[in-house]
Amino acid sequence: MRSRQVDTASDGAVIEARDLHVGFGATTRSGQPPIRAVDGVELAIGRGEIVALAGESGCGKTTLARALLGLERPWRGQVLQHGQPLRYGTRALRGYRRQVQLVLQDPSGALNPRRTVYEAVAEGLRIHRLPGDERDQVARALSLAGLRPAERFFSRYPHELSGGQRQRVVIAGALVLDPAVIVADEPVSALDASVRGEILALLLSLREQLGLSVLVVTHDLGLAWNIADRLAVMYLGRIIESGPTEQVLGAPRHPYTGALLSVLPESTHRAPVVLRGEAPDPSRVPSGCRFHPRCPALGDGSAGRAGIADRCRSEPLRMLPAAAGHTAACLLARSSEPDGSVDPADAGPAADRAVPA
Amino acid sequence: MNLLEIRDLRVSYRINGEDLPAVRGVDLDVQAGETVGIAGESGCGKSTLAGAVLRLLPNGTRVTGQVRLAGEDVLSMSWGRLRAVRWNTASIVFQAAMHGLNPVRRIGQQIAEPILVHEPAAGTRRAAARAAELLEQVGVPAWRVRSYPHELSGGQRQRVMIAMALACDPQLIVADEPTTALDVMVQAQVLNLLRDLVRERGVGLLMISHDLSVLADLCDRVAVMYAGRVVEQGPGGRLFTDATHPYARALAAAFPVIGDPASRMAPRGLPGDPPDPRELPSGCPFHPRCPDAVVVCGETDVRLREAGPDRTAACVHVGVTQEREGIR
Repeated sequence: MRSRQVDTASDGAVIEARDLHVGFGATTRSGQPPIRAVDGVELAIGRGEIVALAGESGCGKTTLARALLGLERPWRGQVLQHGQPLRYGTRALRGYRRQVQLVLQDPSGALNPRRTVYEAVAEGLRIHRLPGDERDQVARALSLAGLRPAERFFSRYPHELSGGQRQRVVIAGALVLDPAVIVADEPVSALDASVRGEILALLLSLREQLGLSVLVVTHDLGLAWNIADRLAVMYLGRIIESGPTEQVLGAPRHPYTGALLSVLPESTHRAPVVLRGEAPDPSRVPSGCRFHPRCPALGDGSAGRAGIADRCRSEPLRMLPAAAGHTAACLLARSSEPDGSVDPADAGPAADRAVPA
Repeated sequence: MNLLEIRDLRVSYRINGEDLPAVRGVDLDVQAGETVGIAGESGCGKSTLAGAVLRLLPNGTRVTGQVRLAGEDVLSMSWGRLRAVRWNTASIVFQAAMHGLNPVRRIGQQIAEPILVHEPAAGTRRAAARAAELLEQVGVPAWRVRSYPHELSGGQRQRVMIAMALACDPQLIVADEPTTALDVMVQAQVLNLLRDLVRERGVGLLMISHDLSVLADLCDRVAVMYAGRVVEQGPGGRLFTDATHPYARALAAAFPVIGDPASRMAPRGLPGDPPDPRELPSGCPFHPRCPDAVVVCGETDVRLREAGPDRTAACVHVGVTQEREGIR
């Protein structure tokens, strides 16, 4: 079972981050950049899969998304497309970006106010000099994005559209290039609640119709529950928990995920665990488990009772593998595994693959 | 006596010689120690309503109806009296990430300013001490009085805004989207702070938000606005879990409850967009988007009516059957 899951998520990945590190600032004597925005991430997105990447501001989720788009260059590790490492030459990148398209948060900022809908959508076709009838392709993209009849929108300007319609134009601009993957960074956070659901439903239907893969970057766990097959939760440059959305949100294993869920306003069955302070600074990553200074399990003594408190403070944790199963980078979660089985986070991806089906 | 009493409030903005109605007849009460929420989407009039409470709307805005704050009529108040009432009787907390703090003045000075305006006798030194005290109360270290806004995180800036609002010990706090730009964990910290203030000081809190789930959690009562009117009003939690007005229901459904199988892989929204205030639809302004609309909805403009204990809703489908007969 487990090995089959690995096949879809990792080996058959459309895009994948392997041992990815992205930093900012001049490299120091230790050979590392001072700001470690993405600090060792493995993540794979399979064909037709919707993966949500969640975390608070400053956790590195947007930098990771930008690296997957080829907009940031890792100082260590790789981005792979169908198993081939991404090359950063101009031409190679142009081809890559046609297949991996970005949709941004604020549709008003993403559209040029002096260009019509038609021009906004056709721009990508012109940049990539794609063959075929431009009008047909623009019309097809607009109607895929739910703007029908498409011709009625051709000559409209962004200010004549509602927020939801603008975001559909942005999505049409991505779809017109026939991409394999869409990376959507907070695609609905600037939209009204009633419009939000419509845009999320659009992403789901695009996956159905086109087999599109989607990486949604969000701070909103409800959004993951709404549309994501898998969820990865990021904290201070690392994925600290990932797995099928139902499992991660239904039975979180990492205390950070648990705390995030507990403070959601609609969460009634969990006692709220309000962490003190804010997401810390990627230029000062704590030793040991990077979450330990804020960890409620260390605070309430449950890590101490499990006899791991010292290890939490000193022992660096391994990167979570890009496997499809439910994993958490937490010593406590591992020590309380019901069957005492080896957690994939401990054994690493190679050992994980060796587990017979 | 109600701390805040709003009756038939109507506000229209004058833009390019045209009157744009933003609030079209709202009644609302807030009592001391009570938290009342106003939910709605962009353009529904919720922030205009908040601004009208302290007469913070731009010049040329037409405001009619009544706003009584601790028994005094705000709309007919003299400017001098209004200045005294702002901060002192009622204060407002804006979304701090956007504006609200002066970037070139120290935090302490900014908190001390309303104190000095209202109590010149306090003196700079005592006002500064009070500013430090207030910062501690909202969970920001007192030494931050020396900091500038850019040195603070978003959550801390929002706390500073709340500290400012508390500076003159007001009876009513109006909070307009106080947690909107904040992360969930920081949002939870700020909401806890507001909750404690209401509990410990007995202030009245009028909280405006687009996020119905936050309001349902925090507020005793919630009013949902659409096109300048309250379309449903009731106890916070119940309004979220079982709304009667189709719009309130759709808005509640737009916030998925994690773990609820009904919303798994099924995001819910509403087709269409909120109406343009220049061309409000006939009848019920929600009828063009309403899943339950019937013929009368396009003809009859329904006002709030009883929809169960402590509940009112503005929908033909709500309430007693005789009324329906009457409409036919």
